[in-house]
Amino acid sequence: MAESPDRGARRLPGGKPKYSIFSLLRNARSYHQNWQRAWRSPEPKKSYDAIIIGGGGHGLATAYYLAAVHRMTNIAVVEKGWLGGGNTGRNTTIIRSNYMWDESAAIYDHALKLWEGLTQDLNFNLMFSQRGVLTIAHSWHELREMSRRVHAIRLNGIDSDVLNPDQIKKLVPMINIDPSIRYPVMGGFLQRRGGTARHDAVAWGYARAADDLGVDIIQNCEVTGLRRKGNRIEGVETTKGFIKAPKVGCVVAGHCSVLGAMADVRLPIASRPLQALVSEPIKPELDTVIMSNAVHMYISQSDKGEMVLGAGVDKYNSYAQRGSFPVPEHMIAAAVEIFPILSRLRMLRHWGGIVDTCPDASPIISKTDVKGLYFNCGWGTGGFKATPGSGHVFADLIAHDRPNKIAAPYALDRFQTGLLIDEHGAAGVAH
Amino acid sequence: MLLIDCPHCGPRDETEFSCGGEAHIARPLAENSITDAEFAEYLFWRDNPKGVFLERWCHDAGCRRWFNAARDTVSHAFLEIYPMGSLPKTDAGKAAYAGSWRRKTASEAAAKPSSAKGGKA
Ligand SMILES: Cc1cc2nc3c(=O)[nH]c(=O)nc-3n(C[C@H](O)[C@H](O)[C@H](O)COP(=O)(O)OP(=O)(O)OC[C@H]3O[C@@H](n4cnc5c(N)ncnc54)[C@H](O)[C@@H]3O)c2cc1C
Ligand SMILES: [Zn+2]
Repeated sequence: MAESPDRGARRLPGGKPKYSIFSLLRNARSYHQNWQRAWRSPEPKKSYDAIIIGGGGHGLATAYYLAAVHRMTNIAVVEKGWLGGGNTGRNTTIIRSNYMWDESAAIYDHALKLWEGLTQDLNFNLMFSQRGVLTIAHSWHELREMSRRVHAIRLNGIDSDVLNPDQIKKLVPMINIDPSIRYPVMGGFLQRRGGTARHDAVAWGYARAADDLGVDIIQNCEVTGLRRKGNRIEGVETTKGFIKAPKVGCVVAGHCSVLGAMADVRLPIASRPLQALVSEPIKPELDTVIMSNAVHMYISQSDKGEMVLGAGVDKYNSYAQRGSFPVPEHMIAAAVEIFPILSRLRMLRHWGGIVDTCPDASPIISKTDVKGLYFNCGWGTGGFKATPGSGHVFADLIAHDRPNKIAAPYALDRFQTGLLIDEHGAAGVAH
Repeated sequence: MLLIDCPHCGPRDETEFSCGGEAHIARPLAENSITDAEFAEYLFWRDNPKGVFLERWCHDAGCRRWFNAARDTVSHAFLEIYPMGSLPKTDAGKAAYAGSWRRKTASEAAAKPSSAKGGKA
């Protein structure tokens, strides 16, 4: 695929002490009581060159690349709760780039290339693990469609292999390949470069590196209004007062329609709960990520040993960060048949996040009718994997007020021109 | 699990229903005279409020009939259930109807038979 991305300033040029084996040893001597703060907690200034609303992974990555690549350091991230407390800290962390359409391949593989090396860029252990992502098929139709998709993906230079049930059994011994079950495993496709990363670490790593470059990260500060003068953005009203800025980027996932309404920006988004759950920890058993689109199930084992399971999206709009119980119940019913050992596990925690679903299951990275106001949303059920790529191209859009080649197809006007990027039809589910 | 009061069958589990999304989106009758941007309002743009939302539901696994509802998207409480083709009657429902940006759109204006007559269709 395309040339490698401009990663910008690397490894904390701002002078923050680095994390390393030596700092670990040094801090062990004082019983880890004297670690430096990872980022400051400044009061907001009266004005900035740009404000990013939303301190999730995408917002923090945007701020970091604005500072590291575009040298815009007089900027702030405004977050209503705590960093990563939205979908960033609630997702099942699956990373892959095996999407069908060219536009999707471009942005998700851009992100994957940034993931590869991000721990070094940020000097923060993201526990990025390319353990492979296997998507399984349960019918002939799904299997044929999958092979067609694998060819399209390969044409974009992205690794992808079709596996038969025996190969799957070898890769994942705990899977049940008995053809008589309700959702028989008839084959699958594997992206070996896919995997997982530690979600909180992504938010914290970007926050620490952005802070090192001078970005103000302001938590517990909710944006309550977008102030515009005619057709221009002037700044944001917050619970800590008005903050002026000629450029404002909204990266608030499930709340994008709420922010949009503050500036009369209309979006095609529906906000829905997406749920996940984790089991008690067990010994290492599963070293691949497995997804099933037909069941709306995805499973991996965390480094702590928990089985992490995600379900499908709820069927009605909601801003309550909990879901409807029948949704995970349906997923669990199929999961215990496909992975019988799960039936003995106790589930420890279960939660929901509000995802911003878009009609074509592709994101919106766009200017708006209000000059200086930008939106990055619509990632729905599958934006964690895109975090670095999304932040990278969104920073470029904000810095230059024009989208680059990767971001351009994701503009809002696609809902007028009809140039949709329909990953719903192509990928079924987009985690 | 929500208990939804089907106007025809009484209270039933949410698993018997499907949600049809935003209610009161009228198809523009003057298709040929409105712009692509205005048609997109009808086709793709959606109200997505945090609070009272007017939406359509279908009792799929029961009487298979559609109805409208005013539901709070934070508490999930159903504030009002009212028939297809009618408008909400509670204060909360009326306020949600009047307050929606869709009331001011060109696509909705073009859905009114009077403007269709005026259109160049
Ligand atoms: C259960 C679940 C499983 C998922 N699994 C996967 C997966 O396996 N792989 C994958 O790629 N994706 C997955 N996703 C999707 C992924 O989590 C999201 O697409 C991604 O994390 C979005 O990141 P973000 O930074 O845009 O949003 P968020 O992390 O939600 O950040 C938005 C922030 O904006 C803040 N905010 C909102 N309103 C305001 C306001 N008015 N003022 C200030 N701040 C505000 C919020 O507090 C929040 O912190 C999953 C999501 C869920 C819920
Ligand atoms: Zn009924």
